[in-house]
Amino acid sequence: MSNPSNSLARAYPPRPAAVYFYATCLVDLFVPEAGMDAISLLEREGIRVIFPENQSCCGQPAFTTGFPQEARKVVVSQLELFPEELPIVVPSGSCAGMLRWHWENVVGDDPALRAKAAAIGARTYELAEFLLHVLGFQRHDEGEPVTVALHTSCSARREMGTHLVGRELLARLGNVTLAHHDHESECCGFGGTFSLKHPDISTAMVSDKVAALKATGAREVVTADCGCLLNITKRAEKEDLDAGRRQASLPGEHLATFLLRRTGGQVAQRS
Amino acid sequence: MSTPQSNTAQPLAFVSAQALRKRIHEAVNDTHLRTSFRGAMDFLMAKRAAQFPDASELSSLRDLSESIRQYSLSKLPELLEQLEANLTRNGVQVHWASDADEANTIMLGIARRHAAKSIVKGKSMVSEEIEFNHAMEAAGIEALESDMGEYIVQLAGEKPSHIIMPAIHQTKEQIARLFADKVPGVDYTDNVDALIQIGRRVLREKFEHADIGLSGVNFAVAETGTLCLVENEGNGRMCTTVPKVHMAITGIEKVVEKLEHVAPLYSILTRSATGQAISTYFNMISGPRKPDEKDGPEEVHLILLDNGRSQAYADEQLRKTLQCIRCGACMNHCPVYTRIGGHAYGTTYPGPIGKIVSPHMMGLEQTHLLPTVSSLCGACGEVCPVRIPIPELLIRLRGEAQSEPHADPALAGQGAGYSKPLSLLWRTWAGIYASPGNYRLFTWLASRFRALTPKQQSGWTAARTPLKPAPRRLRDMVRERH
Repeated sequence: MSNPSNSLARAYPPRPAAVYFYATCLVDLFVPEAGMDAISLLEREGIRVIFPENQSCCGQPAFTTGFPQEARKVVVSQLELFPEELPIVVPSGSCAGMLRWHWENVVGDDPALRAKAAAIGARTYELAEFLLHVLGFQRHDEGEPVTVALHTSCSARREMGTHLVGRELLARLGNVTLAHHDHESECCGFGGTFSLKHPDISTAMVSDKVAALKATGAREVVTADCGCLLNITKRAEKEDLDAGRRQASLPGEHLATFLLRRTGGQVAQRS
Repeated sequence: MSTPQSNTAQPLAFVSAQALRKRIHEAVNDTHLRTSFRGAMDFLMAKRAAQFPDASELSSLRDLSESIRQYSLSKLPELLEQLEANLTRNGVQVHWASDADEANTIMLGIARRHAAKSIVKGKSMVSEEIEFNHAMEAAGIEALESDMGEYIVQLAGEKPSHIIMPAIHQTKEQIARLFADKVPGVDYTDNVDALIQIGRRVLREKFEHADIGLSGVNFAVAETGTLCLVENEGNGRMCTTVPKVHMAITGIEKVVEKLEHVAPLYSILTRSATGQAISTYFNMISGPRKPDEKDGPEEVHLILLDNGRSQAYADEQLRKTLQCIRCGACMNHCPVYTRIGGHAYGTTYPGPIGKIVSPHMMGLEQTHLLPTVSSLCGACGEVCPVRIPIPELLIRLRGEAQSEPHADPALAGQGAGYSKPLSLLWRTWAGIYASPGNYRLFTWLASRFRALTPKQQSGWTAARTPLKPAPRRLRDMVRERH
């Protein structure tokens, strides 16, 4: 399997009894509440969530930076995490895309490893996609009327087709209005190590993204990717800090947290 | 009559990583540049989108175009031989050039044989690639651009900032000032029609008196020996028919087998490039003037240039680079190009396509940082009419640039971006992340000692508040809850 060029349409399995939850390294260390809220959402739908203890990272940082051997080493270490034929749910479009489209090539020429990686890829789902298409997520919106903006990560959009899914999930919340922002499909400038290597361009991109999001008047930005979430919200925080504002001008949260909170769930305690 | 000042732009012996960073820094802080590129790219994106209202038709046309290009490349050596045979039969003289110097030497030889003093040029990115104007100027021959955009950048002593719209970075006011300063007898006017008439007047006279016309080639058809040229201004037709000698130059990858292969590629080219259903002119050149014909050049030459293309060709994955039909859609849709413009790259071909072709033309010594100038958002690959997987190729080139240098590299300059500390860092990273025990220990320490997280985090904190590990990792929260 390789990077998709034609269609992202895929067949979805029937509702399973259990899923593997592949949290991603960013969620594990930096945004654990989002991971916890995703788990709560799945469990509330009656799904048993298995958290493989030995999970670390999908290998994407090394893969995209141009260190294929290092990426391979990490990916190979992750291949035994999902022994049962269960769906693997990932609360990040770019990491899900990594499992789904790239693991098979990253592991190299060994046919056994390739087959294993391809089989994992075929049962990997981005969280929002899984909620909508497999679980048919539909809950009563208990929140006050609110306007939010949605940012979809580029990988989620282009490798997993999840920009439409996020919109559909928000549309199912009765009191939520989605505000569209200027150049909505454009990258927020994160790009993993790109944000460290080319701060000038990355800053220009994220500043434009933050300005476009703020211009909608939305109370917050919701996204299903923690890389973008950290990039956008930490940029907005810096702008607030520089301007001496006490209140966050653009708070943001993971789509999982937003969905859970709006529909009467108990969100994980923030640190 | 005006003669453009010598092209004072720096030759392409360019990209120290430092110089590239400096140009990028200046470009993103140039509000005028930012606004004008954003506006121009938005305009071009909208024009393209309007040409493809039907996503499935676009998808089929991209499939077809990709397969035509891949098929052509799969038979490249034999198609080139067939092209040469048929062009020769048609009376076209075919020359092979392995690099820029050879190409310029060949064309200078032709010019000298005709005692040429002036050459009028249609738009050709390959002529930019080989610094043709410099080479001719050094030999005392005037080479005048006749495409309006190219004429403007030549007058300004600049290089094209876009492969289709070379002067896209110039406002009409800047062009008005340029014409008033550089074209004798012209007063300042920023009326676009008047500006075009000024250029037209200058160029008409040049067409009449030029000894040689130079053009590029969009498609070279092997089975008929035909050179196809796509253009909008009619200057291409003038360059290839009025002067007594026509020299065409193109990269070896531009060949297709059959005439019927041209139609889909032509259709997707103009729609992707400028959002036009079809270009104003489409020239098919199959040889010099025949004895019973009233016009056309008496001599036609084709220069087939390699200049690193066979290096890309030799590698199955990198060969996809050669599928390119030079539409420029990748730059129009690129969030990085939109913010830094074409000149910041420092290469003949800017934007996403430039990042994957330039390393073959110039070697990775000069270009090793170039593939990193991308957030890998994938917008380029999404619009590429021939489905070049640009992000995948960028990743590959990042790897080649940073690999340990070998004695006999398959790619020129392979390993030029190698850094021992960086390699060690990634090896350490893999050592931690590939071992569950190490990973748990590392994240536990990072979380437990989060107060010690550095406040300055390289490029991140230039524009953002610092990242800080959470007090409890997700795995801790999961364990505590269950």
